[in-house]
Amino acid sequence: MDAAFHVQKLNVFYGKKQALRDVNMEIPAKAVTAVIGPSGCGKSTFVRCLNRMNDLVPGFRVEGSILYQGKDIYSRGMDVIDVRRKIGMVFQKPNPFPKSIYENIAYGLRIQGVKNKEKIDTVVEESLKKAAIWEEVKDRLPQSALSLSGGQQQRLCIARALAVAPEVLLLDEPTSAIDPIATGRIEELLRELKESYTIVIVTHNMQQAARISDITGFFLMGELVEFDPTSRMFTNPKDSRTEDYITGRFG
Amino acid sequence: MIEGALFLSALLSVFITVGIIGVLLFETVSFFGEVSILDFLTDTEWTPLFADKHFGILPLFTGTFLTTLIAMAVSLPIGLISAIYLSEYASDRLRTTAKPFLEILAAIPTVVYGYFALLFVTPLLQKIIPDLSGFNALSPGIVMGIMIIPIISSLSEDAMHAVPNGLREGGYALGSTRLQVALRVVLPAAFSGVAASFILGISRAVGETMIVAVAAGLQPRLTLNPFVPVETVTAYIVQVSLGDTPAGTIEYRTIFAAGMSLFVVTFLLNIISYSLRKRFREVYE
Repeated sequence: MDAAFHVQKLNVFYGKKQALRDVNMEIPAKAVTAVIGPSGCGKSTFVRCLNRMNDLVPGFRVEGSILYQGKDIYSRGMDVIDVRRKIGMVFQKPNPFPKSIYENIAYGLRIQGVKNKEKIDTVVEESLKKAAIWEEVKDRLPQSALSLSGGQQQRLCIARALAVAPEVLLLDEPTSAIDPIATGRIEELLRELKESYTIVIVTHNMQQAARISDITGFFLMGELVEFDPTSRMFTNPKDSRTEDYITGRFG
Repeated sequence: MIEGALFLSALLSVFITVGIIGVLLFETVSFFGEVSILDFLTDTEWTPLFADKHFGILPLFTGTFLTTLIAMAVSLPIGLISAIYLSEYASDRLRTTAKPFLEILAAIPTVVYGYFALLFVTPLLQKIIPDLSGFNALSPGIVMGIMIIPIISSLSEDAMHAVPNGLREGGYALGSTRLQVALRVVLPAAFSGVAASFILGISRAVGETMIVAVAAGLQPRLTLNPFVPVETVTAYIVQVSLGDTPAGTIEYRTIFAAGMSLFVVTFLLNIISYSLRKRFREVYE
């Protein structure tokens, strides 16, 4: 498998507090990478580094490098807007804009200056189809996105992220705020999406990691303890701390 | 005991409000016993203090409308831009220090603003516009606008600051610039709060008295020309209250008729503002 990201000696600080220590990771392209670990272990911080969302946090500082397609996304002269456009993100809490369903998806195109209505119409439909929510919303596109259920809102957010044609999709605990049935649909969706996208998903749910990911990274206290193919990690972990965590002894 | 005292003081303010409305209504009704409502609303002259009496409220309302329009043309863009800056660009430290300073503008007595308009802004404007009369709508309008900036910026900033961070992150994650997030995500999400602040600003401008009484000229005139003297509804009330108008005369009752019309307008504006803010709260709770 080709690697999409090469993370090398990544150290992250919030003010004086160190959130990540010497993380090295090769994230494969067109596969699902799961990031697991107990609360506060740095897993969210880690994925938020991959599209520079942490830039918005006051006191954030990064050392080491994150190469995406061979280029360091933190190097000078890297256009952060461009990075985020290529590397989309879906958040823990569904965060649709208080606009119509249609306008939520169209937003990403509009900010790029796309005015052509036909093109926007096409992208809206395709994105909603890719996110497996088209059938549910096709008759109510002008309605407010806030009228959707939590699970639908989250799939809408996935569709919104797909509308700007990213290459990578980062998901930060995307199913922790929604019910099990909606969770099942999103997992199914991610399995389909990995054909065309590189996916990194943070989850606190180990069964979820086991069900959908190809490779899993286990974080503990800001360190990457183990990074292995999921099947191996869940049957035969190398590190005793990993074993303790996945067997439910802590966390 | 304490509960009773609290209840009484709450009741007192309700009674006072009801009393004011009662007096307004009573005097207004007797005013309309002498002047027809049709004349009041359609006559184009307002001369209750002259021998040839006319009771058309329109010239006073155009005065109010004109000064309010000018005030909003100043306060709306500046207030909104400073709200966007404070909420989306300024650091936390700057925001928490700059906001109280801005709000000091609201603590300046309006009579000071009035003389500021008359003695400083008008002469300044006359250098640019030689035709400008010594009393006019433009200068008090601008100064009222300055007075209203903190209302708009502070309330709009509150509304924008209350927009959940998740929406901003959603915007950034799609490759938005900071300005796009501010204008296309945060501002629409805070729309009803921002609109409520505008309406509150308008109702403040409509009800403002001292600035226009001092600097606008006390001459009721049916015009939308900002360069000539005009009189607003509020300024008229001051003018007639200061004179030696005997109670019970028709001149005396004009105060209440004018006051009642003003009350209706500001009351409607407050209702709109209230309902907008209520809608705004429902979205995020």
